[in-house]
Amino acid sequence: MQYLTGQYNYWVVIILMMIGFYIVISHGNLVKKLIGLNIFQVSVFILYISMGYAKAGTAPIYSAEYTVYASPLPHVLILTAIVVGVATTALGLALVVRIHRAFGTIEESQLRHVEDDS
Amino acid sequence: MSHLLVLLVIIPLVATPLCILLHRQSLIWPVVFTVSWLCFYIACRLVIMVQDGGELVYFLGNWAAPWGIEYRLDTLNALVAVIVSGVNALVITFARASVIREISADRIYLFYSAYLLNLTGLLGVTITGDVFNMFVFIEISSLSSYAMISLGKHRQALLAAYRYLIMGTIGATFILIGVGLLYVMTGTLNIPDLHARLNAMETTRTIITAMAFLTVGITLKFALFPLHSWLPNAYTYAPSVVSAFLAGTTTKVFIYVLLRFLFSVFGTGNVFDIVSLDNVLLICALLAIFSGSLAAIYQNNIKKMLAYSSIAQIGYIVLGISIGSVAGLMAGIIHLFNHAVMKTALFLCAACIVYRTDTVNLNSLRGIGRKMPWTMAAFLVAGLSMIGVPLTVGFISKWYLILAALNRDSWLLAIAVLVGSLITIIYVWRVVETAWFTRKDGGQADNVIGKVKEAPLSMLIPLWFLVIANIYFGIDTDVTVNLARHSAELLMGLK
Repeated sequence: MQYLTGQYNYWVVIILMMIGFYIVISHGNLVKKLIGLNIFQVSVFILYISMGYAKAGTAPIYSAEYTVYASPLPHVLILTAIVVGVATTALGLALVVRIHRAFGTIEESQLRHVEDDS
Repeated sequence: MSHLLVLLVIIPLVATPLCILLHRQSLIWPVVFTVSWLCFYIACRLVIMVQDGGELVYFLGNWAAPWGIEYRLDTLNALVAVIVSGVNALVITFARASVIREISADRIYLFYSAYLLNLTGLLGVTITGDVFNMFVFIEISSLSSYAMISLGKHRQALLAAYRYLIMGTIGATFILIGVGLLYVMTGTLNIPDLHARLNAMETTRTIITAMAFLTVGITLKFALFPLHSWLPNAYTYAPSVVSAFLAGTTTKVFIYVLLRFLFSVFGTGNVFDIVSLDNVLLICALLAIFSGSLAAIYQNNIKKMLAYSSIAQIGYIVLGISIGSVAGLMAGIIHLFNHAVMKTALFLCAACIVYRTDTVNLNSLRGIGRKMPWTMAAFLVAGLSMIGVPLTVGFISKWYLILAALNRDSWLLAIAVLVGSLITIIYVWRVVETAWFTRKDGGQADNVIGKVKEAPLSMLIPLWFLVIANIYFGIDTDVTVNLARHSAELLMGLK
């Protein structure tokens, strides 16, 4: 039981990661794929955020009342990764808009037909 | 402290917004041209400083190493920086006319800014000594390359860019997970620091997991065999200049990233003795060589053929790495350089053909060799180089690769390399035959080469510059072999 509950944050990460990954692979809709990709990335954000946290720790601003501090570095790192994720999503959605304009569909199955024709 | 190292990243980065401000194609191209050659000059200066196994270190903002981000240059990444900036300088020299032809006028300034961002990212990945910084640069270069691919004329370019985006982001996120797990175990992100701490501790399952995520993520980025599905379409439908640039640089940089992680972070003990990753890489490399070459034979689209052949050539590089000796690594690194020289030349030939005929379909290019003799002669020389004919760079790569295989007494590997070369002959020959030995029959409706002229000099000069490099480095091998030997010895920890 300790194995399961002691590091529950990692279980959350793994479950989210698999859900996201599954959506990316299985869904034929290009927007849904991007949503899956986002969930996948969020799981990694949680991995970073939770590993920087110490139990009962506080923000790393020195004060006589506290002795335990959370590590700020992973949190700062993941801010960068979130920005990268936003940029990726924006670019992905922009491509989907252009694909819709060029092909008239964003369903993988129909796109494949169009591809065969051209 | 010399600022030369950091300038390599800062110059193209600062020039990027400048491109958007200038807005007019006639103003932008000279700027990009100057920036590119300046970067190449700096890279050459740097490689001379570290050619004998020395190291250059630059602390960003003057914060000392494990706390601040450091840029660190040794022989290996100096060589990669020269490859990237050299290929870039020649491609940009070539690009002017081709870009005007293939990209709509109102998007040209955006194209050049994405291009410079890509250059920034690739050079940043090459010289940084901090793994998280490396991730950020990887994403800078990847995002800009998705945007550049989507600028292709054909609407398939959009789909190719989208698929590359999905695959590339999964790869980058895998790299991010690997970096995170390493940080959990060691509390540091600096490469030499990571190496020291990882080797001081027991190899736990977390470290092995990190290695797995990193290896899969990075091999996805450079399209090693089972993870290569994004590459053929991306290279085929991208604007010709972009294909040439990406084929010459992106895959090389990511192979460098793999080497950096496997050897400079994890160390040979972890990679080869505990996990025996060499066997996995060996199998992938062999499959890549054969599947890539065989698929290339059946392509009628020259760019797609070259893309599949890229997959095979990546296989050769990884084969060298997976042999796991100094000789093998050396062969891999030599081929890293040589493949950049030959594949860029081949893609530039394709760009010339597109410029004049607007097609890369072999069926409609019968007799093109008589109309564009210089372009197709360049294709022939670069093609021979890819086969591995003596007096070309390709021969040097194959020679060292076979030598490394025989050093390990594996005759099968040596034979595999030779058979791969034989398959290469087939698809290079198909183009040569179409270009020179088939009569153009007037009745054929899809034959577009009736009044085609030779490509303009502004394209032929950079192209032939590369072709001559193909021959020069095949005869005078001192420079490449020395650099590769020093790099391989550094990576194996012999220095």
